[in-house]
Amino acid sequence: MATTVTDTSHSETLPSLTNDEIHRYSRHLILPDVGLTGQRQLKNARVLLIGAGGLGSPTALYLAAAGVGTLGLVDFDVVDVTNLQRQIIHGTKDVGRPKIESAKDRIADVNPHIHVEAFETPFTSANALDIAKDFDVIVDGTDNFATRYLTNDTAVLLGKPNVYGSIFRFEGQSSVFATENGPCYRCLFREPPPPGLVPSCAEGGVLGVLPGLIGTIQATETIKLILGVGDNLIGRLLLVDTLAMQFRTVKVRKDPTCPACGTREIKELIDYEEFCGIPQAAQQEARAEVVNVTPAELNARIQRGEDIDLVDVREPFEWDIARIPGARLVPLNSVQAALGTFDKNRTIAIHCKSGVRSLKAAGVLLDAGFTRVLNVTGGILRWADEVDPTLPKY
Amino acid sequence: MPVTLNLPTVLAKLADGNKTLEASGATLGDVVNVVAQQYPNLAPRLRDDTGQPYPFVTFYLNDDDIRFNGGFAAPVKDGDEVTIVPAIAGG
Repeated sequence: MATTVTDTSHSETLPSLTNDEIHRYSRHLILPDVGLTGQRQLKNARVLLIGAGGLGSPTALYLAAAGVGTLGLVDFDVVDVTNLQRQIIHGTKDVGRPKIESAKDRIADVNPHIHVEAFETPFTSANALDIAKDFDVIVDGTDNFATRYLTNDTAVLLGKPNVYGSIFRFEGQSSVFATENGPCYRCLFREPPPPGLVPSCAEGGVLGVLPGLIGTIQATETIKLILGVGDNLIGRLLLVDTLAMQFRTVKVRKDPTCPACGTREIKELIDYEEFCGIPQAAQQEARAEVVNVTPAELNARIQRGEDIDLVDVREPFEWDIARIPGARLVPLNSVQAALGTFDKNRTIAIHCKSGVRSLKAAGVLLDAGFTRVLNVTGGILRWADEVDPTLPKY
Repeated sequence: MPVTLNLPTVLAKLADGNKTLEASGATLGDVVNVVAQQYPNLAPRLRDDTGQPYPFVTFYLNDDDIRFNGGFAAPVKDGDEVTIVPAIAGG
């Protein structure tokens, strides 16, 4: 049965459409199940998009084009040139601009009738409830586990649907969580994986068109929720595999023991960084012996003639794109097997693309008894910024 | 006809690139054990040190979440299909 987020029993309270709007939305107005009332429901709707990145781009564009009256956007990032491979709401001219501003301009161009409420801030436990409380639907276009659990718990606490989408490499997931009787994200995944187990898109890569597919599914589900038509992905998880080009749905049951929507023991938002196992202090404690070095500092030490074993723990295809002269390649998953190639008496400097994998590799070496281990912060990207601007950044 | 396991690409990499595996057993846990022994690198991504499923990797037996059917103790029969869905967070 269709779930609706707006009460349509008093359609006289819905905003009317101007002649311009009637003209613009003509293909909706002649569409059974949308029509004039549906279009007025869309105009009346308030949808909050958490993240104006890969998923948020197509979602925002289609919701704007469809005539969703108010779009809330939460993002604190600026447009980077590496975003443009998939974040189609931003353009080359927007590089360096706040994503919120870039998205707002693009939405105004797509449909000037849309009102945008911009929140240029990280979505946190401190502001989430306040930001989300006046919206009808929340769309999860975030890119990390902590914000996904925060988004879910916010939706559950406020009793608003959470239209979920998530992507990695060639595969995506989508569902609709936190409706009145449906399951929530915690019913599907009770706890997040430990930090580092699942690489981010920045580390693992993502097919540029994939967020387009998943984001438009999120937009579709959002519009169906607003209109109260069709069968939503409530209680179902859609799995998309673009390599096999297979779409599959599995059942997601509402878990009576779920601390968010089952027992409701989560009565307020928590510290999601800690929940996801990334408390800053603990992280530093666990890796107390890893000494961080910036590319500039490391280069100065090498130039002074210090004997340093510079080890690149990226993958061979990344090595082919760019490498630091003098480095040797030992991909992260080979470090354990290659322990015999390291010398305990030498200083070992580990680098990767941006500093995450190198920290893990440094941990492996410390566990194996190596003591003179340096982690090159910011990886080869920062090396390109600080030491060698001729290196391509990817 | 044994049980078929569908792996996402990220886990298939640890099973010599196979996106589908076949194994037999009385329970899902048996099937996971067979596969874990066959692909030691995949094993720690399927179950924890105590042999139980992780809260961030969901197993579906014929599209039903196994946690509501006994977890790894869920009985399986030839022809059943198991889909493994790990949490991902990219956006």
